Amino acid sequence: MDWQNLATQLFGAEHGIRRDGDFLHGDVTFDGEPITVLGTTGHAPIGVQLALAQARVVLDTLARHPGRTLLLLIDTQGQQLRRRDELLGINRAMAHLGMCLDLARRRGHRVLGLVYDQALSGGFITSGLIADACDALPEAEIRVMRLPAMARVTKLPESLLAELSEDNPVFAPGVDNYVAMGGVRRLWEGDFQAALREALAHAPTVDQRAADGAARGGRRHAAEVIELVLQAV
Amino acid sequence: MISFAECSARERLALLLDPNSFHEWLPPALKLTSPHLAQLGVPSSFDDGVAIGRASLAGRPIFVAAQEGQFMGGGVGEIHGAKLVGLLQRALRDRPDAVLLLAESGGVRLHEANAGLIAVSEVMRALLDVRAAGIPIVVLIGGTGGCFGGMGIVARCADHIVMSDIGRLAMSGPEVIEASHGVEEFDSRDRALVWRTTGGKHRWLTGDCDVLVEDDVAAFREAAIAALDVSRPVTLERLEAEHALLAARLGFDGTDALDLWTSLGLPDASRIPDLDVAAVTALGAR
Repeated sequence: MDWQNLATQLFGAEHGIRRDGDFLHGDVTFDGEPITVLGTTGHAPIGVQLALAQARVVLDTLARHPGRTLLLLIDTQGQQLRRRDELLGINRAMAHLGMCLDLARRRGHRVLGLVYDQALSGGFITSGLIADACDALPEAEIRVMRLPAMARVTKLPESLLAELSEDNPVFAPGVDNYVAMGGVRRLWEGDFQAALREALAHAPTVDQRAADGAARGGRRHAAEVIELVLQAV
Repeated sequence: MISFAECSARERLALLLDPNSFHEWLPPALKLTSPHLAQLGVPSSFDDGVAIGRASLAGRPIFVAAQEGQFMGGGVGEIHGAKLVGLLQRALRDRPDAVLLLAESGGVRLHEANAGLIAVSEVMRALLDVRAAGIPIVVLIGGTGGCFGGMGIVARCADHIVMSDIGRLAMSGPEVIEASHGVEEFDSRDRALVWRTTGGKHRWLTGDCDVLVEDDVAAFREAAIAALDVSRPVTLERLEAEHALLAARLGFDGTDALDLWTSLGLPDASRIPDLDVAAVTALGAR
């Protein structure tokens, strides 16, 4: 979905979110409460610069608006695949963004992610996946890689991967698979304002994803293995 | 001198920790293998590529995890990731003096991609919980496979990073970048270029790792012991300083480490790749 359309449905035509290149940011009001919005659009590749632009918004919110909710609008093709970004420490910049969001949570800010278009690997790990909870629109796409690329990397027939994907959400792209595995909390159907209201009302501060994945049947082993480690003698 | 790079994960544990002190949780005898690899007909490993447990280091109680780079490139799958998360959650509960992570990983295991991606993010959150509790997390990077992808991000979330000069720390591997943007963007077969872009010397000179050591298990042990009390809780002040440091890097207009080192005021940048560890550390981190 187009970010303008989403922003207008959520916060009205005068939403106050600005686009600078692929970077989205702004302060909005929802149900009378201020929210800091940050994110990306245009299937942005996340490099050092875009990671820092987002981190800046988080740090400013921490300093100036203690406790204010952060909403991440996610549309990314993953990490920037450039030598310059590797040279400058793209992994460090992404870790920095993740740690800014993590500190926000620890200081009492709610941190919500929403995948409104697409989310891939590195661009997703330090945004929606480090939020208190990450929701998605039903038509969004979330993946590490598509099946043809996965077939090449794993040297396995694409037909086999497609067949296994029918019953095992671990292999194939798709928001439904991420919901089943607990990586995405829920899909926003119908009224977006009602969905955001619901998301804000129930933002967990502990990581429930392994338990969710087990309860939903999409990731059956993670929670059990974590428990085994805790109980091991 | 025993090469850290040439050791397996378990050999590293045996040599790095106090003798016979490693007590493994969920050992290979339990045969906790990846059900997803089994579905694909891909050989599995009885530890899913990571050994976890408690041990002592210089007589002090620690928790430790070691990734095996020879199995699926150290890739993080569902079981592998859950073992790391469990170890970190247990550290939060039992409060060892420190947690050591011997990282060697290409990041998310693509054979079980979705579960691996979520698992890496769970590791990140669990690690930051431990760090916030004041328990230092020390990452050691010196395997031939390096530390890439999501694990490259995880490493930078830790309190302290020790690298050898042949260790590599980055996000995307050079092969991936070359496949995406061509050989002129990143020639993955140019070993000198690869190492000066992502290798231990570059990471140390720019402060991306805290200690640079020779490819020697004893040197890693010594550095790990020295880091046992280096707790760096994440604060707003620390993140502001980090932000300023990273933002300053954007002022560099180039793509080659030699030019970057020169811009940092390092003399004779072209000679740095040939220097030994002692000579590089004598230059001072920038």
